[in-house]
Amino acid sequence: MFNLLLKLGELFIEGCDEMSKEYLLLDKIEGPLIFLSHAENVSYGEVIDITLNDGSKKRGRVIRIEKDAIVAQIFEGSSGFSVVNASVKFTGKPFELPMSKEILGRTFNGIGEPIDQGGNIFSNDIYNVNGRPINPVARKYPRNYIQTGISSIDNLATLIRGQKLPIFSGNGLPHNEIAAQIVKQANISEKEGEEFAVVFAAIGVKHDDADYFRKTFEQSGVLERVVMYINLANDSIVERVMTPRCALTAAEYLAFEKNMHILVIMTDITSYCEALREISSAREEVPSRKGYPGYLYSDLASIYERAGMMKQSGGSITFLPILTMPNDDITHPVPDLTGYITEGQIVLSRELFQQNIYPPISILPSLSRLMKDGIGEGFTREDHPDVANQVFASYSKVQDIRALAQIIGEDDLSELDNQYMKFGRVFEEKFIRQSFDDNRSIEETLDLAWEILSLLPKDELERIDPEILDKYYKEEA
Amino acid sequence: MVELKGTITMINGPVLKAVGMTGFKMREMVMVGNKKLIGEVIALEGDQGTIQVYEETEGLMSGEIIISTGRPLSVKLGPGLIGNIFDGIERPLLEINRISEGFIPEGIGLLSVDKEKEWKVKINVSENDILEAGQCFATVEETSLITNKILVPYGIKGKVKEKKQDGTYNIEETLVTIEDDRGKTHELKLSHEWPVRIPRPVRERLAISSLLVTGQRVLDMFFPVAKGGTAAIPGGFGTGKTMTQHQLAKWSDADIIVYIGCGERGNEMTEVLEDFPKLIDPKTGKSIMERTILIANTSNMPVAAREASIYTGITIAEYFRDMGYNVAIMADSTSRWAEALREISGRLEEMPAEEGYPAYLPSRLAEFYERAGYVQTLSKEEASITIIGAVSPAGGDFSEPVTENTKRYVNAFLALDKKLAYARHYPAINWLNSYSGYVKMLGDWYQEHLDEDVLELRAKMIRILHEEDKLQEIVQLVGEDVLPDDQRLVLEISRVLRIGFLQQNAFHKEDTFVPLEKQYEMLKCIELLYDRAYAAIKRGIPISKIKDEKLYGEVTKMKYTVPNDDLSIIKEIRKSIMEYYDYLIEEYS
Repeated sequence: MFNLLLKLGELFIEGCDEMSKEYLLLDKIEGPLIFLSHAENVSYGEVIDITLNDGSKKRGRVIRIEKDAIVAQIFEGSSGFSVVNASVKFTGKPFELPMSKEILGRTFNGIGEPIDQGGNIFSNDIYNVNGRPINPVARKYPRNYIQTGISSIDNLATLIRGQKLPIFSGNGLPHNEIAAQIVKQANISEKEGEEFAVVFAAIGVKHDDADYFRKTFEQSGVLERVVMYINLANDSIVERVMTPRCALTAAEYLAFEKNMHILVIMTDITSYCEALREISSAREEVPSRKGYPGYLYSDLASIYERAGMMKQSGGSITFLPILTMPNDDITHPVPDLTGYITEGQIVLSRELFQQNIYPPISILPSLSRLMKDGIGEGFTREDHPDVANQVFASYSKVQDIRALAQIIGEDDLSELDNQYMKFGRVFEEKFIRQSFDDNRSIEETLDLAWEILSLLPKDELERIDPEILDKYYKEEA
Repeated sequence: MVELKGTITMINGPVLKAVGMTGFKMREMVMVGNKKLIGEVIALEGDQGTIQVYEETEGLMSGEIIISTGRPLSVKLGPGLIGNIFDGIERPLLEINRISEGFIPEGIGLLSVDKEKEWKVKINVSENDILEAGQCFATVEETSLITNKILVPYGIKGKVKEKKQDGTYNIEETLVTIEDDRGKTHELKLSHEWPVRIPRPVRERLAISSLLVTGQRVLDMFFPVAKGGTAAIPGGFGTGKTMTQHQLAKWSDADIIVYIGCGERGNEMTEVLEDFPKLIDPKTGKSIMERTILIANTSNMPVAAREASIYTGITIAEYFRDMGYNVAIMADSTSRWAEALREISGRLEEMPAEEGYPAYLPSRLAEFYERAGYVQTLSKEEASITIIGAVSPAGGDFSEPVTENTKRYVNAFLALDKKLAYARHYPAINWLNSYSGYVKMLGDWYQEHLDEDVLELRAKMIRILHEEDKLQEIVQLVGEDVLPDDQRLVLEISRVLRIGFLQQNAFHKEDTFVPLEKQYEMLKCIELLYDRAYAAIKRGIPISKIKDEKLYGEVTKMKYTVPNDDLSIIKEIRKSIMEYYDYLIEEYS
């Protein structure tokens, strides 16, 4: 019986050219992977077409070659496969997608196939979804800030056009709302007349979450400028690994070929990493931390580093990935490695959320690495850097005093400590808290910050330049 | 040389296996496949070899050929390195961008320093001179700061048979021909090649004796790094590793800076490229780009080249050291390099040690850091390489293998602290768990260049900070008010030290770089404040009087108010401290 199968495996249909050879016997199927031997002229990363004997078609990609044996992952998953019912054809091409401006307003699945009623995309511009690394000398350093209308972001972790700034969230926290508010309020295009678009990738998220975003795009009237790549929680994990790459290929095309300003929203990176781990374990690779593969950092970098601006083009990719920290643990490999690659992070706090504060942005661990070059005189307002610095310093002191107050009681705190306690409370209630529809200008945000900082004695504000302090500090009436 | 050819049998990411590899050598550079990707042999077994590829392997097929080059992975060393930016295997990124705008393609082949560019060369030997390895035979003014001394390559010596006249030559032209004692002739050019994994030889290693002046107070006064020393800067994300490295690259008084961006962000390299040319070196008054070499292998570039980038960087550093320069290397980040080792090791299916890292991680780290040192070069000049490596511990936890092993091989450990970073206290170097093994070795240097009591002063200030840490624990429990006044003074002085001295503003024009004299005077002034206040407390004067807001504010703001080139204001502040406490003591007696 085995010999018979082996012979069957060597059988192939000779077509007009070599590329149409079909292989009819698989050695092994494991998880989403298929193992096949006696394959010829297979290139690494090549896409394969599979036809099952019930006529259904699937696609996959070669991920390992050993002599004439190959391992491929099947995008749609391997259910329904038997070792003899699949016919495998090698396309000779890497995973590519056609791109044109027609993709705007369209919805695709995780591997870039249209799932709305709009039909296929036809174009001569074909792009490899893996992209190529941007040459550091071809990058343009991002310097222009994007006003999101959210005080805690604009003042303290300013978003810069071309930045990759992830939202570190937890399950149940309102990260989707914050992302939606940013889409709604942010001035994505720089000047009048410059085009913008939103690329949205749902990676292994719940149906409701994907739906929520669609509704938000609709309500903010940008739906025809949104490209969506949807891989839901119950879709294939192999597809999931391709989803961010498809979305970023679209973003790169629009930004660097068509000079548009692109905001990429991607949720949830944790699902992506878990998919990667699942495939890695099916491949029997040596695991590193928490079972994630050793190349998780490089893999995430190949996604995040595709954001930015380039000298050769007027467009930009601003990238807001969302990830849920398992157990709210910021040292978990996914947020940890992400933080090492991205240019800062916006961290959400369960504590603030439980106090019913929206947006529950935990300002101390939140950071924007690019803000230093994009704020202050000529960009936002002269006092911005000092104010941000002072808020961080004072609010961090509030944390110490709160810890003390828990032990000795608020009544025994010194006068100054009580002022700090008040500052902390008002800061959270008035500055951090704002409604979903509250769109604050940077001036409003900074004025508000001064109003609250002025609750502290003037000589406590030591991070602020004396001149600026005299100009803006509000002496109590 | 016969060109050997192997055949690819296995492809797994950047790792290949091939057969027909019998004649190939370990660590040999090879050309892979039809696209001629660059790779390196990393294991041989019988007819089979393992190769790591420095470029993207997508599209490669089993059965494509591997061609030997007969030489190990090497870099070309010659004029044209300074001010330039290279990838992990010394390919100039600007040139790559000319070939393919925007993105880095694979298969562009091996490029290195510009071969066409003509340099004005002065040849300083005459016929029949006897030349030895490491001896300078020509000079090129590479930048207005750096004279590139062209040395006789290692392993060559003999008598000068022919020499060209001074003039303009490119790096491939023969300038001097020498004949060794076996009658073999060698052609000397402006450039030569050196295998990156082999340390360049020196005459002897010398004891460490001078400070690498960085202009950063917490380093120069508290945790000094010596010329020829090694330092690690570990810290979780957002604690300011890169910022600190940038500050050191900008302001430290090394002659040459090699900045290796190893597996880090692309925009950080772009920032260096945009900022550095505009910055002026305080020592020479020239743009600091004229002494800087950048190696950029960002996180999305191929992982094997990331592994090589560290070696490329240190080899270039050694090249300049051999000319007698003090070189400092910033490696940002060595963790990414270690992770590249792990990634390749995993693909080779090697037995992992801790956290998936290969068992040879400690020995590789040691090999790297041991290439630092204060030496006498072959041409008998004193020179040094200082290595400052950033470490990015997973989860910010210093007990992970890379941090732990790095600690064993470096002498200065500058631990960055998340809590300080959250309060935006930069540089976020934690003064409690950082250390520098160079303090004692530099005692004489401080005495000679600054003052006799530097080490005592330092010890006293550190003691105050340590005491504050203990007191803070009590304050956390019962509040500050219940402490006795002398302890409250420790808290107050620590606050001055922390804000007025340790914290340094990289964006302030006076504060970004501070000369040693000012650092010392500032610290002396804080000491005076402490001593006088302490004496007053001992006379029973309450802390509320001792802590005069205005006076303490003046001392804290010294870093901004005192210009770097005029320290007379510090004298005035000292005077007002004396006067204030004299007045106070008088009033209370």
